Amino acid sequence: MATDEALALETPRESRALPRARPTLSPIVPWAVGIALTWLALAHFHRDSVAMLWHWAPHLALGLRMNVLISVLAIGIGTVLGAVVGALELSRCRWIKAPARGYVHAFRNAPMLVLLFFTTYVFPFEIHVGSLYLPFPDWIKVTVGLALPASAYIAEVFRGALLSITSAQWEAAASLGLSRSQSLRWVILPQCFKRVLPPWMNLYAMITMSTTLASLVGVTELLESARNATNTVNRTDFTILVYLAVLTLFFLYCYPITRFTARLERKYAFH
Amino acid sequence: MSESDKSQERQTLVQLRNVHLSFGANHVLKGIDLKVRKGDAVSIIGPSGSGKSTLLRCINGLLTPERGEVVVGDTPVHALKSEAERIALRKRIGFVFQQYNLFPHLTVLQNVVLAPIRILGMERASAEREARELLARVCLADKDEAYPGQLSGGQQQRVAIARALAMHPELVLFDEVTSALDPETVGEVLSVIRQLVEDGMTSLLVTHEMRFAEEVSHEVVFTEGGEIVEHGTPRDIFHAPRNPRTNAFINALRN
Repeated sequence: MATDEALALETPRESRALPRARPTLSPIVPWAVGIALTWLALAHFHRDSVAMLWHWAPHLALGLRMNVLISVLAIGIGTVLGAVVGALELSRCRWIKAPARGYVHAFRNAPMLVLLFFTTYVFPFEIHVGSLYLPFPDWIKVTVGLALPASAYIAEVFRGALLSITSAQWEAAASLGLSRSQSLRWVILPQCFKRVLPPWMNLYAMITMSTTLASLVGVTELLESARNATNTVNRTDFTILVYLAVLTLFFLYCYPITRFTARLERKYAFH
Repeated sequence: MSESDKSQERQTLVQLRNVHLSFGANHVLKGIDLKVRKGDAVSIIGPSGSGKSTLLRCINGLLTPERGEVVVGDTPVHALKSEAERIALRKRIGFVFQQYNLFPHLTVLQNVVLAPIRILGMERASAEREARELLARVCLADKDEAYPGQLSGGQQQRVAIARALAMHPELVLFDEVTSALDPETVGEVLSVIRQLVEDGMTSLLVTHEMRFAEEVSHEVVFTEGGEIVEHGTPRDIFHAPRNPRTNAFINALRN
């Protein structure tokens, strides 16, 4: 696939014009209409349940805030760590390369939930720094637990992207007098960016949905908030409504990300 | 001859002495001796796999010979150890590749100004002004905002030449720059190179365009199997080769 992409970069404009054609109606529109109609119908036929949901909305919003916080931090840490590990994987020195490869294999082959339990119990609940006691709350442990597999995945994506840039680009940059790091900064990484973007966004959507696992180690995020609400109200129709609301919220958060990725991909298609 | 007397006076810019290089068991360069005088255009011809491209890469330090000397101006290229020294050398040498190797994520103008701004530390405005002049010189003044992927092969190669010239090189190395092009775009690239040579740019060309080599070169070098078989004026090499291997190569191309 990598070589196909490299070749595609050299084909003239005619054959690359095709993917730029835009659909006339964004698929966001029918989705938005569908969701709006569903909730209007529910508000009409289950007036009191929806009113109760509205009453619980601030609690759910607080939960969602935690999901967003964990996912953003996890992808951030994962990206920085993954870029470093991915670069180390390409090192010519065996003593650098081997541990980097080991790290990637270890975390890519670990179930996320097991990692979450592991990080929850392996880290202390507070850290001593001199005479200071810094709390180490569960949600940070979860963030680390999600960031580790994310970084391993990013490392593989990043390594693949770096390898997909032909050595001729390095040669051309070197011939102009660019150093290795300047070549990386001005020539190689900008080209990698486009190739890394779609899998990166995919991963972010995946991480976001995995943040619900945090409810299993006692972090109050959206799913945990929903459970609190349903347990308190204890009515089947309300329970169904709450989970439908949770699904809607995740959809509304993740779906635009995939749409946005598609837009960025077109923008960085280099024509 | 007055022509050859004049070239004797000119100083030597590139000198290779007994250069050897192998890739694994493959002995690519087997003792190359070559001299390029300032202002000369020297063409290297010969069958594929005779080490022509490798030879060019030894001159700008992309490859380091195992044995022998490569000297550019006062710089002993074979003895350069640090990246900084190689960068200082490469700033003085333009390199144009067979596959153009433009940076696909940058526009034509950005391709040309990247190194002058980042490496020579030029002001963006003056770098861009100069780049536009160079693009006009290769007849691409209207393509400055295009991306390489939107250009034909011949246009891309002319951008690559402009990009090399933007560094004000003392020497330009051309590595089979028309081999990847459609026949109808070869001419536009060759005429740009011809103009450069007429302006006195020292050039070393690896080429399969025999007629062009004969027309623009001050000297032609025939290589085969990692050795220089024969060198001389274009007239000698193409019309009165002394070596039977040169003769065979030239005749095979004629037919």
